[in-house]
Amino acid sequence: MSTAELVNHRPGRKWALSVVAIVASIVVFIIPFVFMVLTAVKDRQQAADLDFSWPHQFQFVQNFVDVVKARDYMLVIAFINSTILTVASVAGMVVLAAMAGFVLQRRKSKWNGFINFLVLSGLIIPPAVVPTIWVLQKLGLFKTMPGLILIEIAFGLSFCILLFRAFVATIPRELDEAAIIDGAGPLRLFFGVIFPLLRSVIVTVVVVQSVNVFNDFVNPLYFLPGDKNATVQLTLYNFSGQFSTQYNLLFMDILLITIPPLIMFLFFNRQIVAGLTSGAVKG
Amino acid sequence: MTVTSARPSSRSEASPAAKAAGGKVYTPYSFWFYLPTAVIYAVLFLVPTFASFYYSLTRWSLFESKFIGLDNFVMFFQEPALVKGFTNTLIYAVVTSGSKVVLGLLLAVLLTSQIVGRGYLRSVVFFPVLVSTVGVGLLFQVMMNPERGIINGALGVIGIDGPGWLTDPKWALMSIAAVDVWKGVGLATLIYIAGIVSIPREYMEAARVDGAGAWDTFRRIVLPLCKPATVTVIILSLIGGLRSFELIWAMTRGGPGFTSDVISSVIYKQYQAGFYGLSTAGNVILFVLVTAIVLPLNWFLNRKEVDM
Repeated sequence: MSTAELVNHRPGRKWALSVVAIVASIVVFIIPFVFMVLTAVKDRQQAADLDFSWPHQFQFVQNFVDVVKARDYMLVIAFINSTILTVASVAGMVVLAAMAGFVLQRRKSKWNGFINFLVLSGLIIPPAVVPTIWVLQKLGLFKTMPGLILIEIAFGLSFCILLFRAFVATIPRELDEAAIIDGAGPLRLFFGVIFPLLRSVIVTVVVVQSVNVFNDFVNPLYFLPGDKNATVQLTLYNFSGQFSTQYNLLFMDILLITIPPLIMFLFFNRQIVAGLTSGAVKG
Repeated sequence: MTVTSARPSSRSEASPAAKAAGGKVYTPYSFWFYLPTAVIYAVLFLVPTFASFYYSLTRWSLFESKFIGLDNFVMFFQEPALVKGFTNTLIYAVVTSGSKVVLGLLLAVLLTSQIVGRGYLRSVVFFPVLVSTVGVGLLFQVMMNPERGIINGALGVIGIDGPGWLTDPKWALMSIAAVDVWKGVGLATLIYIAGIVSIPREYMEAARVDGAGAWDTFRRIVLPLCKPATVTVIILSLIGGLRSFELIWAMTRGGPGFTSDVISSVIYKQYQAGFYGLSTAGNVILFVLVTAIVLPLNWFLNRKEVDM
């Protein structure tokens, strides 16, 4: 790598530095996760000690069953809710943002400056909470899953549009022209020709935004309150009150909701990195 | 090169299809494609944002509102609990953003060097970014327990009497900020790595031929050429820091007292208490704060071009 020369003049120093870095990473980053897993499989009494120790007995299955059963299977319902929310809102974001990003990149009009301004505002401006609730209530969407899905789409669009716009710029216009000469209308051109070519950026958007939506806590808290509709992040919040003496169950819950992002991380590390660093180099 | 680059720009003026005589241009890039996005964005984002300016000036119950002028804002800057939230927001944003820049850059330099276990280190630094914020908050809340938590336990072993990280008003906000950095530094590192990797190798080699040491190379080459990455990290983490809510709510709920409250948690508390007008005023203040900091900073940071 390009800064190899920076740190690495003598081989002895390289090894010392590596050992220090690995030990530090274990203390700072690995131990909290190990602590989480250990506490999640302890029995109730030992978990209450909050210390870093080996479990006297492994209660993985029992803790798992207990946390799933808690409050009439709230966690199961929450996982279903979160799945619906994530799939629907990410699908919506991808289609809508791809269409908008495509036209925004291809068509030069006097509105482009204004549209870009709106896109950036969506990234910067914190959403106004109570007025949004007011609007949702007028539309009859407050405390409903469709309402929350639309909210997630609205707040996530900006980021997606930026990624799509940048990627569309790499697709040659000759393709559009060929399709048009062959008689494709706007919809055929986009969904038949362009959309399939966006595959790699679609994967990036899907992965990054599903992790975002799945981990979102604020929007469900405001716009979909109530136990019946809880998403997984809200169960964590509800359990933290109820399980204040049952740390093993609380940590089992944390462990369970950490698994989906972990799977994403293991399979799509490259796409996540691509999505999150886009714009870092160009500025 | 000149030929290929000239063609697309000339075509982008006139769209590929024929121009009709009336001056109306046929284009396959229909404005209709914006429509669904525009509707959702306008109804759920723009309308509430504009409505917030009006409703922040009212006493509001969602069904009826009474115009009371600037009373909500006066209240916001007179009530000590609310003023504390305002200053805490600034402190929190500056501390987390600054730490992420410094630590992110150091880690990125380390993780682009020929260190053993580089892949493992990159993964392990980045992974917390993807973990649920509330989960991380609860995890650290337990680890930071003053008597029984493992952090003070570890400090006790080496003879340090750790403070009540989250129960001591002096420490609460900074403890949360530290967890925020723990969780977010992976993203900063990632952005810096992308920046460093994009620096042409020849620059490093040329510097070494000229006799530059590690520090000179870092100071004269890596640092200036990473500026786009620095700008991204600063802007992103400032926006995130100013809006931060989840971690604070999960760890202390603004306590002890209101010593770790920020504007976002005040907004939520006032909303729960039914003071919708006051809550919305908090939103407007946050909006003004974010734009007043981020926009000029963005302009300032992007103003000077790096001399290549």
